Amino acid sequence: MNQFEAKVSIRLRPSVLDPAGEAIKSAACKLGIDGINSLRIGKLIEVNLEAKEEKEAKEKIELLCDRLFANKVIENFDYDLKEVNE
Amino acid sequence: MSNFTVGIVVFPGSNCDRDMFWALEGCLGIKTKFIWHESSDISGVDSIVLPGGFSYGDYLRCGAVARFSPLINSLDDFVKTGRRVIGICNGFQILTESGFLPGALTTNKNLDFICNDCELEIITSKGSWFNSSNNKINLPIAHGEGRYFCDEDTFKELSDNDLIALRYLSNPNGSSYDIAGVINKEGNVLGLMPHPERACDSTIGGNDGLFTLKSLIEFS
Repeated sequence: MNQFEAKVSIRLRPSVLDPAGEAIKSAACKLGIDGINSLRIGKLIEVNLEAKEEKEAKEKIELLCDRLFANKVIENFDYDLKEVNE
Repeated sequence: MSNFTVGIVVFPGSNCDRDMFWALEGCLGIKTKFIWHESSDISGVDSIVLPGGFSYGDYLRCGAVARFSPLINSLDDFVKTGRRVIGICNGFQILTESGFLPGALTTNKNLDFICNDCELEIITSKGSWFNSSNNKINLPIAHGEGRYFCDEDTFKELSDNDLIALRYLSNPNGSSYDIAGVINKEGNVLGLMPHPERACDSTIGGNDGLFTLKSLIEFS
């Protein structure tokens, strides 16, 4: 078995309001940083997993994203997957 | 109907299960049974309540982890027999996460945890969950992540099939189309953010919740 690392990003769909992002945007403006057009908060999930090959690792991650990590009614996901040397 | 038993599901983090017990047994005299979420045996109950609370600490998303419990896995067959299921607050979140009801619940528009009474309009008579002689009822809400979200296509499907159960008269949390509760196409699954079990005694906040809980055992 080979080891893989995945970094999964979960984001609210663009059509879904992100009130927490709006609050942070407001704080960023209070910090004196101007020019912030939008600020949205997502989630980062790091997974280390075993698989025979990259294809299998990808299938596992996609299933996880699809069924657990993201709710596709309100969220999108993408991920980076790489094999890690022991 | 005297042997009719309502199962109240208990998840780690449920906190309205005892309120539901009080409302069903204390106010309505309906027999109840607590069911731990690890159990997949729900053959002994005639209808099921998924109570409010914070199952699994609301980790990841509200209801996202609870949907993988053995009990939720066996809920599909239960629902297919036509038996009734109500999900309140966190229970509603679990029902949307597990696909029993359309849409999703997410953070309130104003980020506040809102604990207040709400005036609600009864939209559908399908499923007989609400007293059709009233247009409006008052029920309390208590949530931080109760903003119902659905896209236009889903809204059209909900409207065309008469699946919107309740609408807020004054939208407190930014819910799409003011939606406070929905039902499934068969009408035997109801999910709502307001808490009928907290409105079962006129001395402590009204009794507009009684009809809905009673309809777990008596409906037409």
